[in-house]
Amino acid sequence: MPLPHGGRLIDRTIPDDAAGEAGAEARGLKSLRLDTEQAREVENIAQGIYSPIEGFLRAEEYASVLEHARLPGDTPWALPIVLDLPPDSGIEEGDRVALWETDEGPLAVMEVEEIYPLDRDRHDQLIYGTRDASHPGVAKTGGMGDLLAGGPVTLLRLSSSPFERYRLSPRETRVLFSELGWRQVVGFQTRNVPHLGHEYVQKTALTFADGLFINPVIGKKKKGDFTDEAILATYQTLIDNYYLKERSVMAILQYEMRYAGPREAIHHAIMRKNFGCTHFIVGRDHAGVGDFYDPFAAQEIFQDFPDLGIVPVFFNTFSYCLRCGGVVNEKTCPHGKEDQVGFSGTRMRELIVEGKVPPPEMLRPEVAEVLLEIGDPFVE
Amino acid sequence: MKKKEQESKFTSVSIPTPLFEKIKKRIEGTGFTSVSSYVVYVLREVLAEDAVDEKEAFSREDEERVKERLRSLGYLD
Repeated sequence: MPLPHGGRLIDRTIPDDAAGEAGAEARGLKSLRLDTEQAREVENIAQGIYSPIEGFLRAEEYASVLEHARLPGDTPWALPIVLDLPPDSGIEEGDRVALWETDEGPLAVMEVEEIYPLDRDRHDQLIYGTRDASHPGVAKTGGMGDLLAGGPVTLLRLSSSPFERYRLSPRETRVLFSELGWRQVVGFQTRNVPHLGHEYVQKTALTFADGLFINPVIGKKKKGDFTDEAILATYQTLIDNYYLKERSVMAILQYEMRYAGPREAIHHAIMRKNFGCTHFIVGRDHAGVGDFYDPFAAQEIFQDFPDLGIVPVFFNTFSYCLRCGGVVNEKTCPHGKEDQVGFSGTRMRELIVEGKVPPPEMLRPEVAEVLLEIGDPFVE
Repeated sequence: MKKKEQESKFTSVSIPTPLFEKIKKRIEGTGFTSVSSYVVYVLREVLAEDAVDEKEAFSREDEERVKERLRSLGYLD
């Protein structure tokens, strides 16, 4: 199993027996209200999904990540994990601050070691490769406060999740993979319901790996995306019907997509390395949006990180060939487009909205059935 | 980034001139734009090889607690 990124799995959670006292103490601190996505960042840091970082980036780390896609110690790190402060927050360097998501109680405590300015222009240009406000990441930067707070966080309790059954920490997946006897583990990220192309990619990877880690991204989505419930229900159905139980594990990742293309592909790989994966599947236009990135930029960037510690596995475009009777690509099928059924997300959506069953060359019948039962599996 | 900060990110290492020339020739037509970028790439690759296959340092009690949760969720029999 690979070492966690940076050499050590970070654990910034508090033991259960100390949580009550720490929570009571936190109620007396200055407070900062987090939105859902910021709260998930805190949990990801504390549980080691973002190892080796132990908190929101400080100024030097932020500058290094922007300029070099590395932490100051040379460890690859492609996305700035930062916390912006609202105007007039009253928070100062040196403060210990209680981070609240809901009124249930403080989620975490942060030691604010530094407050420094958000460098909007360089942030957008270096992370997203554009300053075009139609890019969702750039739009997000535009809505951020002018100041960032950096310093370690300590998680007091995990938030509740409707998907508790699928929530595993890196510590847990590492034990799980070890117990299952997996040495080579391939990670697969998804934000979609599985079509035959996805299944083909995963099973192709499984031919050389011992196990498959399906890791759907759960959280904020765009209108028209599949809902989290639909993604999990369809994957579970696919696993139950078409996968070996002892060779596949599904667990969620609560994370907000940045659509940062190549930079984000590196971050996705790092997170899966922390979960214990040795390999990570990177598709065409991975983490891209619109036409902002070259379709292969997210694959090519891995050349710059020979020390990443997880092996990227690149896949491109697939279709179903009616004459071959299976999933093919341009290297495996001699037949023309007229014989092939593409895995068009748009077409699949149209069929489901019309209440029609997508063809079996596109979607497993059991998966289609689940979607039709849900009725409207799309985000409003 | 200020010039001074930029400078502090890099330092010089001496390599024999014939080796430098050999590398210069080797990187022609590749994506590497300088001998320095190639040397950095190779060194990072070499150093990364050390960081594999070490067992996590969990206490026995922690590991048992994790396994119990994995069993309760149906991940382990």
